[in-house]
Amino acid sequence: MIGLAPALFGLGVVLFLAAILGQVLREAIAPDGSHPVIETMNARIAAWWAFAVLMALALLAGKAGVIALFVIVSFSALREFLTLTTKSVADHWTLAASFFLVLPAQYTFVAAGWTSLAALFVPVHVFLLLPVISALQGRPEQFLARVAETQWAVMISIYCVSSIPALLWLQIPGFEGHTLLLIGFLILVVQISDIAQYAISRGIGRRLIAPALSGSKTWEGTVGGVVVAVLAGGALSWLTPFTQLQAMGMSLVLALMGFFGDLVMAAIKRDKGTRDWGHLIAPHGGFLDRLDSVIFAAPIFYHLTRFFWVTP
Amino acid sequence: MTGVERIKALPYRIVTKLAGDAISLFARILTAPRAIWSGSDPLPGPRVYYSNHTSNADFVLIWTVLPPVLRGRTRPVAALDYWLASPLRAFAGRDVFRAVLIDRRPEARTEDPVGQMLTALDAGSALIIFPEGRRNTSDDALLPFKSGLFHLARQRPAVDLIPVWISNLNHVMPRGKVIPVPLICTVTFGAPIRIVPDEPKEIFLARAAAALADLGAAR
Repeated sequence: MIGLAPALFGLGVVLFLAAILGQVLREAIAPDGSHPVIETMNARIAAWWAFAVLMALALLAGKAGVIALFVIVSFSALREFLTLTTKSVADHWTLAASFFLVLPAQYTFVAAGWTSLAALFVPVHVFLLLPVISALQGRPEQFLARVAETQWAVMISIYCVSSIPALLWLQIPGFEGHTLLLIGFLILVVQISDIAQYAISRGIGRRLIAPALSGSKTWEGTVGGVVVAVLAGGALSWLTPFTQLQAMGMSLVLALMGFFGDLVMAAIKRDKGTRDWGHLIAPHGGFLDRLDSVIFAAPIFYHLTRFFWVTP
Repeated sequence: MTGVERIKALPYRIVTKLAGDAISLFARILTAPRAIWSGSDPLPGPRVYYSNHTSNADFVLIWTVLPPVLRGRTRPVAALDYWLASPLRAFAGRDVFRAVLIDRRPEARTEDPVGQMLTALDAGSALIIFPEGRRNTSDDALLPFKSGLFHLARQRPAVDLIPVWISNLNHVMPRGKVIPVPLICTVTFGAPIRIVPDEPKEIFLARAAAALADLGAAR
């Protein structure tokens, strides 16, 4: 493990190299911006830069700033998700409560460092209590679909997203004050895996995994992408409290979870008959389109790290 | 207006502009609205946007997604009794949105509603109207159109009538609820229609309603 300043500097170098690599590839292969893999990669790298700048600004206000940033992400993600779910007028107060009670409560628990409550609140308390609001309206039509889809939206957009900033509150011996780097590690590994899966699928991918869900995910691309992510994770172990081997194992889990997230969210979009969740981040669709893999990987990453590295 | 009058009016204009921007910002946070121009373009000049009506905030959303230069010249047509009911509403309706306020009670009218709308069009404004006449809380896509759109079209046949479909806003703020739920709304602007010479009222209104309903069905 290295110091915080050199690690942040190293993170900056990685982002710089990625941006330069993206531009060089574009100039060398398709300067007119016609190559989809290079354009996708450059759009992702631009999004990392945007995120890094936002995180840096947020950190000026300390952990509270980071919480505020992720409250906005959760709010936008929930707005995108609930736009597509089954609902009726009877769910109005349920939906309002998700935005204006559950979301602030969850982030309050994260910011207060009440880790057990943050881990249990949405999957247990909200799961049991939120449907009561809908039930009290006395409208049984499609009741299970309505409450189940709302719970899904809350789990994905609030619970899973909130486990990203929750990494900052982990107490890892010898890693105090460095937990910010875990967020960088998580996002970089998952996104490198995304890009590699996509590029390898386009390049040599032949066998589609689930043609009805996605025309771009192949076995070749997925295996290749996971291998690339594991190697990248090993090379980035200096960002983490993990040994190189542990970082590679963690990256294997992150890459697989990222792939699962992509696949599951693609299935939901197909079911709801839409290509993108939203339109807010212009070339990327919505927040959920860009974050689906990170959202699935984050809670597993958080809980694995907490279980094995945090001393009780 | 003389220069001195313009300067005296400046605080008023700043306040109404800021209030309009604040309302737009609030609408954006709640609904992240997206404008889809499919068949028409955001151009200045007299034209009529006619839209489905599911919520009192409908025109705010259309107004919000218009390019800022067009907003000042786009006036909603709204009910006088609703918008003058309280000082705050009157400020929003009359001063911020510069609504063309129509008296819904024929016996109390001093001005002909179609005449008021024509005056605004002739002054170069665009209008936002809701030809269903009231909020649609039924399960049908649209309620039957009132005849105002027909009279407008017949008296100004060269003015483009642009169908505008607003989706989802009824879920954001259902009738009678005070707390809105943030959901993404889209505002789709369709291809303009115009009246054909000697087109009967029923045929024209059916055609206008079909053009709007098609936009909704395509979403």
